Amino acid sequence: MGDPVFNGGLDLGVLGIVAVKALIGFTFVMVGVIFMIWFERKIIADMQSRVGPDRAGKWGLLQTLADGIKLIFKEDLSPDRSDRLVYRLAPYLSVAPAFLTFTIVPIGGVFRGDDDGTLRVLGNDTFLQVADPPVGVLFLLAMSAVAVYGIMLAGWSSGSKYPLLGSVRASASMVSYEAALGLSVVAVVLLSGSLSTHEIVSSQAGSVLDWNIVRTGFVPFVVFLIAATAELNRPPFDLVEAEQEIVGGFHTEYSSIRFGMFFLAEFMNTITMSAIMVTLFLGGPDGPAPIGPPLLWSFFWFTIKLLAFLFLFVWLRAALPRFRYDQLMDLGWKQLIPLSLGWLLLLGAIQIGRDEGWNVVVVVLVGFGIAVVAAGGLLGAIRVADRRRDAFAEPLPNESAELTDAGVR
Amino acid sequence: MSEFLRAYLTVAVFGLAAGLLVAAMLGLGKLVQPSRPSRQKRINYESGVDPVGAGFGQSQVRYYIFALLFVMFDVEAVFIFPWAIGLESFGVFGLIEMAIFIVILALGLVYAWRKGVLRWA
Repeated sequence: MGDPVFNGGLDLGVLGIVAVKALIGFTFVMVGVIFMIWFERKIIADMQSRVGPDRAGKWGLLQTLADGIKLIFKEDLSPDRSDRLVYRLAPYLSVAPAFLTFTIVPIGGVFRGDDDGTLRVLGNDTFLQVADPPVGVLFLLAMSAVAVYGIMLAGWSSGSKYPLLGSVRASASMVSYEAALGLSVVAVVLLSGSLSTHEIVSSQAGSVLDWNIVRTGFVPFVVFLIAATAELNRPPFDLVEAEQEIVGGFHTEYSSIRFGMFFLAEFMNTITMSAIMVTLFLGGPDGPAPIGPPLLWSFFWFTIKLLAFLFLFVWLRAALPRFRYDQLMDLGWKQLIPLSLGWLLLLGAIQIGRDEGWNVVVVVLVGFGIAVVAAGGLLGAIRVADRRRDAFAEPLPNESAELTDAGVR
Repeated sequence: MSEFLRAYLTVAVFGLAAGLLVAAMLGLGKLVQPSRPSRQKRINYESGVDPVGAGFGQSQVRYYIFALLFVMFDVEAVFIFPWAIGLESFGVFGLIEMAIFIVILALGLVYAWRKGVLRWA
């Protein structure tokens, strides 16, 4: 249990390893953010038949750095009406959870065969992840819940109208999708039998068929992907900063590098969430190692999977229009939560059935039968709710008559 | 330091580093950025016109009942996670127990739905 580096006492070597791991994780995230912002702008540009950034450095690679330096040199303004303390605190609350979530992601390590993902450095065994708390998955949920405080407090403390609307939207969408996110993670925990991310990755080692995306039957993965996109406030769920509706949303009143911090946190969260999805559903660094040291291949596979998700997020942004607020809430509460609850029970039944020696086909059929009955009951309830609404809705005054009088069909 | 807390040592180091990074960036900004305050710059942005009313105005929080529903579903996680970890040890009994629990939970959602809480009001 836990990272073996702490099995002995806390000596200088252990502390050194801790420091080096923290440094590597930190660098990975920071370089990742700089790359991701460039990557997103370049891909979006390609998808819209534009060139995108191409001046700063080769292919515009240094564009992010140039933007960052520009932001530092800009005047930092804060509105008179803002709540000073909270206004200054909000960027910290936004960036810290984004960093902290990344600590539980295993970025490498050989899990196949006799190996269990440990690496021997300076006489100490260690995992290739910054930290492996025994409740890693709960830590993930906690951090994604804390992340919303940064946005909410930034919007509220600005003492302005658009940011306030943005923060209200942020809390509403976070509340709606946190539940679906948690329930789809439970499906993974159900199969892996552990909350530790290292154990979850270990349990997926082998082939593609052992990955949780297949073993949990795709549905929890899709639910997680949608819920994660909503938690990240990325398009098509970016109501928090919908430019066409509420200016900049929660960061309207922020300027200079203080605004840059929110930008940083947003892209950092995107990378972290992609890494979490790779860990939970795609076997983490698991993959074949045809030639050469398997350790290097593990880094390669992890990066490839991470890039696939990053591309997916950019693609979603380019392809889908923004959700309306009530559609966002409906999708969360009326579709994702009932779906993941039902799927969870079905998975549990299949797992228990395997232990008890029940016929899998029978379990699935009975499960689907119950699901159909439940869905029927739910649809009935919806119909009653709709009828009630129609009955109580005020009839519009002679609307149809006026239309006919005016000759409009 | 106990075994349990040690796992969080790196997390703490990382959190500290993140805080320091933000502080360093903001501090660096303080050093190099210009500061020419004027009254106009400190007015709230409201699409270019003078702000109307107080900034901390009241706004209708639609879906506020969702917050209550969310508490219900979040507390439920407290029960579901231990069950998911110990699935084998609880066996059929645990499965039926959890099914009853989830059905009751779903009934709560259906009730709210039927009451019309889940729509734009």
